[in-house]
Amino acid sequence: MKNSVLMICLFVVMFNFSCGQDAENQVDIPSDVPFSPELLIDGLLIPWGMAFLPDGSLLVTEKSGELIHFIDGKKIAVSNVPEVYDRGQGGLLDIELHPDYENNGWIYITYASPEGPVKGGNTAIIRAKLKDNALVNKELLYKAEPNTTKGQHFGSRIVFDNDGYLYFSIGERGERDVNPQDITLDGGKIYRLFDDGRIPEDNPFVGTSGAKTAIYSYGHRNPQGLAKNPDSGEIWDHEHGPRGGDEINIIKKGANYGWPLITYGINYSGTPITDKTEMQGMQQPIHYWVPSIAPSGMAFITTGKYRGYKGSILVGSLAFQYLERLELDGTKVMKREKLLENLGRVRNVKQGPDGLIYVAIEGKGIYRLNPN
Amino acid sequence: MKTFLFSYFTIVCVLSLYVFQEPALEASIQRGSEIYADFCVTCHLDQGEGVANTFPPLAKSDYLANNREGSIRGVKFGQQGNLVVNGVTYNSVMAPLGLEDDEVADVMNFILNSWGNTSEKMVTVEEVGAIQKK
Repeated sequence: MKNSVLMICLFVVMFNFSCGQDAENQVDIPSDVPFSPELLIDGLLIPWGMAFLPDGSLLVTEKSGELIHFIDGKKIAVSNVPEVYDRGQGGLLDIELHPDYENNGWIYITYASPEGPVKGGNTAIIRAKLKDNALVNKELLYKAEPNTTKGQHFGSRIVFDNDGYLYFSIGERGERDVNPQDITLDGGKIYRLFDDGRIPEDNPFVGTSGAKTAIYSYGHRNPQGLAKNPDSGEIWDHEHGPRGGDEINIIKKGANYGWPLITYGINYSGTPITDKTEMQGMQQPIHYWVPSIAPSGMAFITTGKYRGYKGSILVGSLAFQYLERLELDGTKVMKREKLLENLGRVRNVKQGPDGLIYVAIEGKGIYRLNPN
Repeated sequence: MKTFLFSYFTIVCVLSLYVFQEPALEASIQRGSEIYADFCVTCHLDQGEGVANTFPPLAKSDYLANNREGSIRGVKFGQQGNLVVNGVTYNSVMAPLGLEDDEVADVMNFILNSWGNTSEKMVTVEEVGAIQKK
């Protein structure tokens, strides 16, 4: 009898250890932080994307459709920006420079586009050059089809890998049971292209009948964070779950991330979506958030300017309005910290070429974190 | 005779308002519930409870009950700046949602008639159309 009680105790302890992650994640509030925030650009409503130009100026997209060039302390509106479908979560979205921008001048922009025969909009990506504060040489690289008047899940973030491939994300556009698991349809995917929009011949679904061959991975819900891991060169995403179940994933060629067949989240109404959190042939996240923080923007910190931050990732929280720092050991999240509480919805975060961290907050603007 | 006719038509008009508004309101609420699930639920949540100190509640909201025009304007054009709801001050940004006037009317009717909220007067497309940006 004594033995079996001991065995049960042992089992409980072992079982707890064997669970990869607690259902309710722990988040710490640090007593002091190695920076003080300074509002660098004020008067912005939803600063969605930002890109640092070599001259030290900054390009910022406003979801409403404005592209702002912040130079010498002034905000200048860039003209000839594509028409955006400013509805729900759609609008002017991410912006990123070509890795060889200094030589070729290409700027990449994602946005919700109303183009096409069907009413509504869907995510598109263009590249263009900046000349006299106007976008010129605009080239449409990809446009998801069909348009829909639904307001959710456009994605989208843009990132280049070490080999110069262009990755961008498109959310499932409110059609979770239709789009994410079907590789012949757009939405709920991460795409990979050459920098000029051509589809690489070694993309995973080239040769698959009917497939959208720009797809690199599928089964995503709404990825609004995409970044290159500076150590491994891998592309990492994070994506919004429903109620609970936001995820961080490492993006692998041709892989299925499971939405909506597996998830750690439930419907907004509290009813289950599925009872499965894992399935054969589907990827597991390296981290998930319950409850949802509603992540947007992701940056790997490589600078040593902030005590203890090197190697961490920073993620914005829309739902709880703070900047989250995740300390990693390889691919395992060891610790979570809440920063910049109560300033507003954190839409985006980036480490600038000057090694400083820039944070975009809705209703406020762009903050620079000045190291102490 | 004149009085009779006048009263007759008045009664018929008033009755038809009741008779026709009910199904119209119900249909509007139904359409509004879909708009709500599409555009609003991520922040204001399923029972209109909102998120404490971040996204104001819509369920039993005094702001909603007392500021019909302001509420419609917020849904139509977005909302920014301080907003006091049930004694709590909120200072979040609600971006313009990009809804058309009929969609604003539908979602307002849904919100005004859900989670314990009640409204006697239906929000119409015309009422939404007349509300201007401040």
